[in-house]
Amino acid sequence: MPLVTTPQGTPTWRLRTTRTQWLQYLGWLAGACLFLLCWKAISDNTMWVFVEDAGRQGSDLISRMLPPQWAYAYRLWKPMWDTLNIATLGTLLGIAMAFPVAFLAARNTTPHPLVRSAALMIIVSSRSINSLIWAMLLVTILGPGVLAGIIAIALRSIGFIGKLLYEAIEEIHPTPVEAISATGAGRLQVMSYGVLPQIMPAFAGISVYRWDINIRESTVLGLVGAGGIGLQLNAAINSLAWSQVSVIFVMIFVTVLASEWISARVRHAII
Amino acid sequence: MSRQAQAQAGQWRRLPMIENPKLRWGLVVGLATYLLLALASVEVNWARVAEGASRGLNFLAAFTRPDFVSRQGDITAGILESLTMTLTSTVIGVALSIPVGLGAARNIAPWPIYYACRGIITVSRTFQEIIIAILFVVMFGFGPLAGMITLAFATIGFMAKLLAEDIEDLDWRQVEAIRATGANWWQTMNHAVQPQVMPRLIGLSMYRLDINFRESAVIGIVGAGGIGATLNTSISRYEYDTSAAILLIIIAIVLLCEYSSSHIRRWTQ
Repeated sequence: MPLVTTPQGTPTWRLRTTRTQWLQYLGWLAGACLFLLCWKAISDNTMWVFVEDAGRQGSDLISRMLPPQWAYAYRLWKPMWDTLNIATLGTLLGIAMAFPVAFLAARNTTPHPLVRSAALMIIVSSRSINSLIWAMLLVTILGPGVLAGIIAIALRSIGFIGKLLYEAIEEIHPTPVEAISATGAGRLQVMSYGVLPQIMPAFAGISVYRWDINIRESTVLGLVGAGGIGLQLNAAINSLAWSQVSVIFVMIFVTVLASEWISARVRHAII
Repeated sequence: MSRQAQAQAGQWRRLPMIENPKLRWGLVVGLATYLLLALASVEVNWARVAEGASRGLNFLAAFTRPDFVSRQGDITAGILESLTMTLTSTVIGVALSIPVGLGAARNIAPWPIYYACRGIITVSRTFQEIIIAILFVVMFGFGPLAGMITLAFATIGFMAKLLAEDIEDLDWRQVEAIRATGANWWQTMNHAVQPQVMPRLIGLSMYRLDINFRESAVIGIVGAGGIGATLNTSISRYEYDTSAAILLIIIAIVLLCEYSSSHIRRWTQ
């Protein structure tokens, strides 16, 4: 907290020294320049004619979406069921794969530092790649359908569950682990009786949380052919049937809100 | 027999996770029925899967020899577009999320504003970025502008929700202290609320920057600019070595982002 003496000789308090103040101004200036540069790049690639009538296009779109064609909803139950299955089975498969990875990645349970870095690498790659990209790849490999969606969701979930779970494993209390090893328990017995009970609540919470995110993500996987309600959405958009699109939006909205509510209730009950 | 006596007789068992046996078995039976129904309804074309297996191996092999060169121009342009979209959308989204977040905090906003802001947050969080991108592409035309607006909209929901939760848990004594000096609303926000939420706001913005980059890699599929279009083309043309190169670049940038954001967070806290 610097003091500056005025010409009259009275000391006054200021928040920053002149130097830090200038550095801060420079930082803001550099940030603003970078932002404007990026904005320029975007604006060069934009057809401003289209943007000018965005308001008209938007109101046109809404007028086509309303009223929703409710009769279409009865054809959506099967795709909705598929979407729920993609999310749930994908989460279960993801958990099954993430569980060993998390134990290999946690500093206190890993067998070897090299194994640890390999496990961390798996977690990072799975987290960096969006489930839609996984789905695009799997559709070309496995063919379109629900299976590609399930595996895409599972592959994306490994990173999320693995990361949160290995952090939970690293934060466990060492005393129960020591107590169990003192009885002469083997490595797996220590895991099962010393480590597992401590991470179980965190694990259940993380899984339910990821399930909720997966419901949200599985609604769009159909856009690239991986099954679920996204297929219907894609078909409706391609045939410009906007009154059907709005029915699909309402269904997605309700499903996602319901899953969020369930996941919040379950997490509240566990923790 | 009590648990103590059982343990002495050498019949100790660990406590079940769910105390109530009815609930426990009900959950198990329910889950098993669901799994049976779900697995029965999954249709798999095994012939197609077998046919694709060799392609899967090709893809894995492509990671050992990624091809950065032959589509270099497209990749560079796509990545640069993704990065510019990420940066501008994060700046705009964070700037807009601050008023929405203030409005969605129960302890400082009057109820009509509270419900309006919560509504914005719910809509923005429910729909995936790609669905919003479809609508904005229809409205604003193809290109990075639609993508930027999409990501900014998604950022508002994410940031405003977490910011509002943070404001709801803030230390109310500091607000009272500033109010007691006769400060008006702006001064209270600026000197009592803002310093308390600032470290978290910076941390979350860095995290969102990272998420926006990952998302910018997919919204190109529906024509909203960025690397997604290039990636989509390379995958559907089975040019897996180019796709592998793009995926490796994405992973590297995400890693870099995470590394620098952990530094920045440590520095602000």
